[in-house]
Amino acid sequence: MAADVPLLRARDVSKLYGARVGCRDVGLDLWPGEVLGIVGESGSGKTTLLGCLSGRLVPTSGSVEFMLRDGTVVDVLQLSEPALRKLARTDWGVVHQNPRDGLRAGVTAGANVGERLMALGARHYGRIRAEALDWLDRVEIDRGRIDDWPETFSSGMQQRLQIARTLVTRPRLVFMDEPTGGLDVSVQARLLDLVRGLTADLGLSAIIVTHDLAVTRLLAHRLLVMRGGEVVESGLTDQVLDDPQHPYTQLLVSSVLQP
Amino acid sequence: MTEPALVVEGLHKTFTLHTQGGIQLPVLRGVDLTVHPGECVALMDPSGSGKSTLLRAIYANYRPQCGRIVVAHDGGRMDMAGAGPRELLAVRRRTIGYVSQFLRVIPRVPTLDVVIEPLRAFGMPREAALERGRALLERLRIPERLWSLSPVTFSGGEQQRVNLARGFIADFPILLLDEPSASLDSAGRAIVVELIRDARKRGAAIVGAFHDREVREAVATRAVTLHGEEAA
Repeated sequence: MAADVPLLRARDVSKLYGARVGCRDVGLDLWPGEVLGIVGESGSGKTTLLGCLSGRLVPTSGSVEFMLRDGTVVDVLQLSEPALRKLARTDWGVVHQNPRDGLRAGVTAGANVGERLMALGARHYGRIRAEALDWLDRVEIDRGRIDDWPETFSSGMQQRLQIARTLVTRPRLVFMDEPTGGLDVSVQARLLDLVRGLTADLGLSAIIVTHDLAVTRLLAHRLLVMRGGEVVESGLTDQVLDDPQHPYTQLLVSSVLQP
Repeated sequence: MTEPALVVEGLHKTFTLHTQGGIQLPVLRGVDLTVHPGECVALMDPSGSGKSTLLRAIYANYRPQCGRIVVAHDGGRMDMAGAGPRELLAVRRRTIGYVSQFLRVIPRVPTLDVVIEPLRAFGMPREAALERGRALLERLRIPERLWSLSPVTFSGGEQQRVNLARGFIADFPILLLDEPSASLDSAGRAIVVELIRDARKRGAAIVGAFHDREVREAVATRAVTLHGEEAA
């Protein structure tokens, strides 16, 4: 039964940079439709872990398994380069902290969304454009901007465009690195609403790395708290935020205003 | 007698404040509680004695050091104190509803959508859920012009009623009510009393902290203290 297999399973994942620890002995299960938050301060290993889980970094040791659409489970770290690229194109999406890392500057907003579809074989121009327009609507970007360059967009609009570009191909798992970092609060709320709606409606799973505990409260079902490359605490989001056990988590939670 | 919906046994919860020199705050020391379907048990202790802590522990929001919290769930039994995150989420989706005094929602999400979320999570189609949501908001006297707005900017009383709507919209077999009538006027309190009685009639097992004596006396079938004494 597919429902009893996690979408993503990581075991003992470590990434060492010489003597320096990126992350150490991290294990996690992510289930379909679930949003997992990874929190911790800068340098705690969040982004390194995200890189290892999404095949962009090769861990020093450990395993990462992913369940394909047909139910077979593949070892992400053993996949060939082309197979990994295909997986990244079809089943995964990555939303970068800096939208410029996820967008192509040389093409229009519409093409940014459309070219991910074309990479999966879509060829009908009218349909691609219609889909791009539909996604601009979903992320609340004015349709009239479809032929504009992303660099003419505000950073909040660029971030929403990046999300549209990532989600247009209906990935099953989205990795987000500080998706609301650097955005002003009204835009942040709009993005939270958008991501929450998409995970609920499309059954999308997501791993969200953030230092913003309030964001995790509203988006994530579960939390991992990282410090010095290790997971020091995990649990349901409200358990970790309302009843933190580890001294570091308590410090983290007590240091912010109303998470 | 029917099987209990909820059995709490030997529950201990101590908070350790690492950021404050490791102070230990023992709050629950061996709490026992059994609640059957159709019962509404009022927790009678003074404020600060752990009523909210117990309710939160039953909801698995707080993690106890020892003891068991066994709930009847999906035809079986689940110990909330030992269950994994997926099981806990399933219990919250289908078995336990929780009404607190605080509303935490994503800004910009319309009130009606906030209210029907538990039904949607339960798997009810959107249209049917909306119908139920509208009826409940009407019953709770939230003016229709507010339904499409986010409750973030609502008054305390309105937010409390949105909370109540979220808690009562699905027919949860177990309901935990933490001061459900706080910040409500007398008309609002009367509606809460009605909602709780209706829930009892359909067989819900209810545990609550009601500082409002009038509400408590109107809804409780039994009053207990955390030390297990039956109170008047």
